[in-house]
Amino acid sequence: MGSITVRQVGKAYKQYPTRWSRLAEWALPMLGNRHSLKWVLRDIDFHIEAGEAVGLIGVNGAGKSTLLKLITGTSQPTTGVITTHGRVAALLELGMGFHPDFTGRQNVLIAGQLLGLSLEEVTALMPEILDFAEIGEYIDQQVRVYSSGMQMRLAFSVATCVRPDILIVDEALAVGDVFFQQKCFGRIESFTKAGTTLLFVSHSAGTVLNICNRCIFLRNGAVAFDGAPADALDLYQAELLGRLDQAPDQLQVRAATAVAPVPAKDDLVAITGKTGSITTPSVDCVLVRMLDAHGNERTTLIADQPATLQIEYLLHESLRDPHVGFKIRNRYGVVLFETNSYCMGQPSRPVAAGTVLTANFTVPLVLVPDEYTITVGFSDGGYGEGSFERVLNYMHEVHCFVIARNPEAITWSGLVNLQPQLQLSTR
Amino acid sequence: MGGALLRAIWNYRGFILGSVRREFQSKYRNTMLGASWAVLSPLALVLVYTLIFSQVMHSRLPGVTSPYAYSIYLCAGVLTWGLFAEITTRGQVMFLENGNLLKKISFPRISLPIIVVANALVNFAIVFSLFIAFLLITGQFVGLPFLGIVPVLAIQILLSIGLALVLGILNVFFRDVGQFFNIAIQFWFWLTPVVYPFSIIPATLQPWLLWNPMTPLIQSYQRVLVDGQWPHWPQLVWPLVLALLLCVLGLKLFRKRANEMVDEL
Repeated sequence: MGSITVRQVGKAYKQYPTRWSRLAEWALPMLGNRHSLKWVLRDIDFHIEAGEAVGLIGVNGAGKSTLLKLITGTSQPTTGVITTHGRVAALLELGMGFHPDFTGRQNVLIAGQLLGLSLEEVTALMPEILDFAEIGEYIDQQVRVYSSGMQMRLAFSVATCVRPDILIVDEALAVGDVFFQQKCFGRIESFTKAGTTLLFVSHSAGTVLNICNRCIFLRNGAVAFDGAPADALDLYQAELLGRLDQAPDQLQVRAATAVAPVPAKDDLVAITGKTGSITTPSVDCVLVRMLDAHGNERTTLIADQPATLQIEYLLHESLRDPHVGFKIRNRYGVVLFETNSYCMGQPSRPVAAGTVLTANFTVPLVLVPDEYTITVGFSDGGYGEGSFERVLNYMHEVHCFVIARNPEAITWSGLVNLQPQLQLSTR
Repeated sequence: MGGALLRAIWNYRGFILGSVRREFQSKYRNTMLGASWAVLSPLALVLVYTLIFSQVMHSRLPGVTSPYAYSIYLCAGVLTWGLFAEITTRGQVMFLENGNLLKKISFPRISLPIIVVANALVNFAIVFSLFIAFLLITGQFVGLPFLGIVPVLAIQILLSIGLALVLGILNVFFRDVGQFFNIAIQFWFWLTPVVYPFSIIPATLQPWLLWNPMTPLIQSYQRVLVDGQWPHWPQLVWPLVLALLLCVLGLKLFRKRANEMVDEL
């Protein structure tokens, strides 16, 4: 019970050149097909054992939702076979089937029956459902007066009132306050511990790392990677940065790379930054990456552990006093930290043209689990309190990384883990 | 396949019954008169037609003298036509309106037409039982031949379901079908002897009008309820054949296109 087998599955939608061509195809089948197929999923092949917790990631339009619909059975694959064993509960869109004119309690009865439960079963489960949803006295009011958070709480509560063999969760949990989200994840975790197979779509790297023990990365409707969540997330981050090569086999190579090799000097390509970046013919930024404590290249890193930000510049002219700097910003654009080699007291030293200058900034990542971006800069001739004679390169958001929760860390909130030491005494 | 279909319906009986109840309630939920509206609208229709045709235009049913005769004649046609119209017009949008449900939740799709038919039957049962009560009170109840209505009603429902299923599926792929049918059903109403007696149609046109499957059905109701006679059975063969054909076509379409339908919504 609880296994999912997806074999050679493809999904295509029919596209007709005009409104009339479908009519023509239906009415005159002997004249052949007039539609073209638009493939959104192709050659999907995987097997999920009972009890696995699998993350499904990919950019918008990669085919995640379509794949979930195929597995839940609302939509049928064009090619291939999907077999599931056991009861499937899908949280594809919370609150589906809620009727605004009816009270929460009536809607719970309807939603439960839509899940295939009998009226008696839903009635018996009602106290538990209400207790989990924390709706209070609102339960006997019309759903139209509910906030979206309340609707979501009630919907999640109904959908998970009986432990399913397979639980499929789309990004439905993105709504709701953080406390209820935690409660939901708590329930999901207890399900997986009890043997429920989980298939979970998320854009949140931290959540995937915490919940899943396997991750499937979908790209352009195909499985680009299937394996350890950290590797899958790295590839996903790489795709977000738009730096992935087309060939899928190269993806495998990238993911399997253990210790990051330094690129050969001849292969260097200038990196370009976002709007507002400054580039000059004097230097090219050729590498920006994050390495974990073991020297593995990662875009997902564990909080509180040391990581190295490696920046490489290829000089096209000899410089007297070159310096490299970086800036870390969070998703709201707040600068969390910024420094450069001049400000760090690095004495000036001339570097000849044609040389690659590598700067390794090792930092303890005492940041809250979230997504961050890196901005890098290169200047010549430092003076005063961090001013430069010439800014030769400055590139916004050339790299991004994700910090995942450190399971060994204390529980805290805020932006920075100050790692407090505690001494309690009484007198 | 047929067995699986029935089992799926049985497993989701709670959902189907709940939906019927919910739809009925939601229609009158925020009204003060509640379910009385289910009675008031056909009542108004009958009143209007009675006034216009029997009082203003002084038309009488040929050979009938009772003061209620024309009203009963009207009710026999209007109420049953209402059932047919409700199943078909609601049925043609049933898949479109529930598009979100079909796309997001895995449940037997055959539940939707069942819910539509059950709902229409509930509404029909209310008004029709009031009509029967009226007949009993005014002493116009016809006695045993009344049972003749049952098979006629069965044929009519079968016809409506078949048509609703075909229209509902086609409407997903060709939205013009819905627009077209809304117009067509108005012509259809006036091409059926609901308001006027069949005898006022010129004799040369009468055989053509009999091809309209609703004509023999409505005529049977009128024959039973006004004249107190059993339906003219041979007349009902054509509607029955058509109803069965439509049901087979509807089910075939449903099996062939149900999966494609979800992609199209």
